[in-house]
Amino acid sequence: MSVKVTNLTKIYGLQHAVDHISFEARKGEVLGFLGPNGAGKTTTMKIITGYLPQNEGSIEVCGFDVGTKPMEARARVGYLPEHNPLYREMYVREYLAFTAGLHQVKNVAKQVDEMVERTGLGSHRHKQIGELSKGYRQRVGLAQAMLHDPEVLILDEPTSGLDPNQIVEIRQLIKDLGKEKTVILSTHILGEVEAVCDRAIIINKGKLVADAPIQELKQQFAGQTVVTAEFAESADKNLLAKIKNVHSVKSLGKNQWQFFAASGQDIRAEVFAFAVANRLTLLELHKTEHSVEDVFQQLTK
Amino acid sequence: MLPIFKKEINAFFSSLIGYIVIGVFLILMGLLLWVFPEFSILDGAYANLDTLFAISPMVFMFLIPAVTMRSFAEEKQTGTIELLATRPITDWQIVGGKFLACFALVAFALVPTILYYVSVYQLGAPPGNLDSGGILGSYIGLLFLAAAFSAIGVFASSLTNNQIVAFVLATFLCFFSYLAFDYLSRLPIFFGKTDDIVQSIGIAYHYDSVSRGVLDSRDVIYFISIISLFLAATVLSLGRRRW
Repeated sequence: MSVKVTNLTKIYGLQHAVDHISFEARKGEVLGFLGPNGAGKTTTMKIITGYLPQNEGSIEVCGFDVGTKPMEARARVGYLPEHNPLYREMYVREYLAFTAGLHQVKNVAKQVDEMVERTGLGSHRHKQIGELSKGYRQRVGLAQAMLHDPEVLILDEPTSGLDPNQIVEIRQLIKDLGKEKTVILSTHILGEVEAVCDRAIIINKGKLVADAPIQELKQQFAGQTVVTAEFAESADKNLLAKIKNVHSVKSLGKNQWQFFAASGQDIRAEVFAFAVANRLTLLELHKTEHSVEDVFQQLTK
Repeated sequence: MLPIFKKEINAFFSSLIGYIVIGVFLILMGLLLWVFPEFSILDGAYANLDTLFAISPMVFMFLIPAVTMRSFAEEKQTGTIELLATRPITDWQIVGGKFLACFALVAFALVPTILYYVSVYQLGAPPGNLDSGGILGSYIGLLFLAAAFSAIGVFASSLTNNQIVAFVLATFLCFFSYLAFDYLSRLPIFFGKTDDIVQSIGIAYHYDSVSRGVLDSRDVIYFISIISLFLAATVLSLGRRRW
C-alpha cells in the first residue's frame, strides 16, 4: 500500500477540518480527491506531505510513518501545493537543479533535462520562472514534483487556472504518471475525476462521504432518469421493478411510485404499457433528469 | 544544507541585493575612513584602523537586517516555504543554509577592507608600525558580530511574512543586543553592584574584548551561544505551524 491514511483528524480551534478520515491509495492508481471548497482536501494533503501535523490518526507513505520517519516518507513523495508556489526570480533549469540537490538526486543534469522534456518545457528552459505563463509555471510545478522519481505524487488542484488545451495536456501527463506511481490529486471539477482517476474519494466538511472506483461512481454520477407515476389502484412493488429498463422503484406514498432508469432512457411508455396490461388506472406520469451535479450536491450538502 | 546555501548566494547575486550590500558598505567605509575629515585616518595622528572597527557594528546593524529580511519572510509570503518544508531535509538544515549564506555575503563585503590594512601599514612611520595582532583580533570580532547579527536577522525574518516588519524587528534586536545592555548597566539600580554582569550580556562588551586582540574563550563561547540561541529560536519559530 503506497499511502495509508488511518483515522486522520485535524482540528483548527473548535472546527474539525478533517474528521476521522481513512483511506488507502495503491500503486498504479490515480486517486481523485473530490469535494467542495473548504471540505478539507488541502488540509489532508498538507498532512500527508508532512507540512502540517495531525491531531489524531496516522499516515504511512510506502510503509514509513510520516510522523516518526519523516525523512524517509518525504523522500518518496512529490508534492505540488495549491497555487503552485515558485521562486519567480530563478531560472527553470536552475530551480529544477536546486530541487534535485535537495533530494540528493544523482546525475542532476540528465534528470533535469528528462523532466524538462517530459513536461514540455523544452523551449522555455532558459527563462526565468516569473516570465512564464500560468500553464508553463504549472508544468514547472509538476516537473519539480516528479524530479526525484517519487513513488507517490500529491497534486493539489493541478489544473486550476489553465486553459482547456493545457488542461487536456496536463491530464494526459497525470494519467501516464498514474500507470507506474501512486497519484493523489484534488479537484472540485467532477469531469476531471472522470477523465483521469481510477478511484475517487469525496469529502465534505471534513468527513468522508464516498470512496469508490470511478466506474461505480460514474453510474451514480452519470445521472439518471426519474419517472414519477401515480395509479388509482395499489400495485405490487416486485412487479413494478420488473418493468423493462427500470433499475429500481421507490414508493413515495399511497399508490405513488418513483421509477429510476439510466440517463437518457425514457421509460414512460413501458410504465404506461404496464399499467394497461395490469388494468391499473394511470393518474399521473412525469419524467425528470438527475444531473451529475445533482448527485454531487446531494452527497455534499 | 549546501543546496540551500548555494541557492541563497545565487539569489543575492542574481538580484541586486548582493552588489548593493557590498557596494554600500565599501563606499560608506571608504568615505568615513579616508574622506570625511571628522573620522579620516589621514587626518588622525595614529596609523590604526580603530575607526573601521568602531563604525562597522553601526553599519552592520542596518545592513545585515537588509540582507536577512527576505530569507524566510519571502518564502512565507509566496508559499515556497511549504515546498521547502516537505523536502527530505530538516528545519535545521534550512535555517543553517540560510544563515550561512547571509553570513558569507557580509564576510565577503569585509574582504576588500584588507586593502585598508595594507594602506595603513604603509602609512605608518616607520612602515609597518601598527598593531597587527589587534587588527586580526578586531577582524575576528567583526566576523563574530556579523554572524550574531545574521542569526538575529534570520530569526526576525522567520517571525513574519512581511519583509519590512522583519527588517525593523531585526534592526531593533541587533541594536538592543549590541548596545542596550551597555546603557542599561548605567542605571542606578545596577550601578556599582551588578553593572558588569548586565554589561556582559550585551554583544558590545564581548566585541570590544575580542577587538583588543586577546581571544578569550569566554568571548568565543558567548558568541557561539548567542548565534546558536537565535538559530534554535528560528527553528522553533518555523515549527510554529505544528503547534
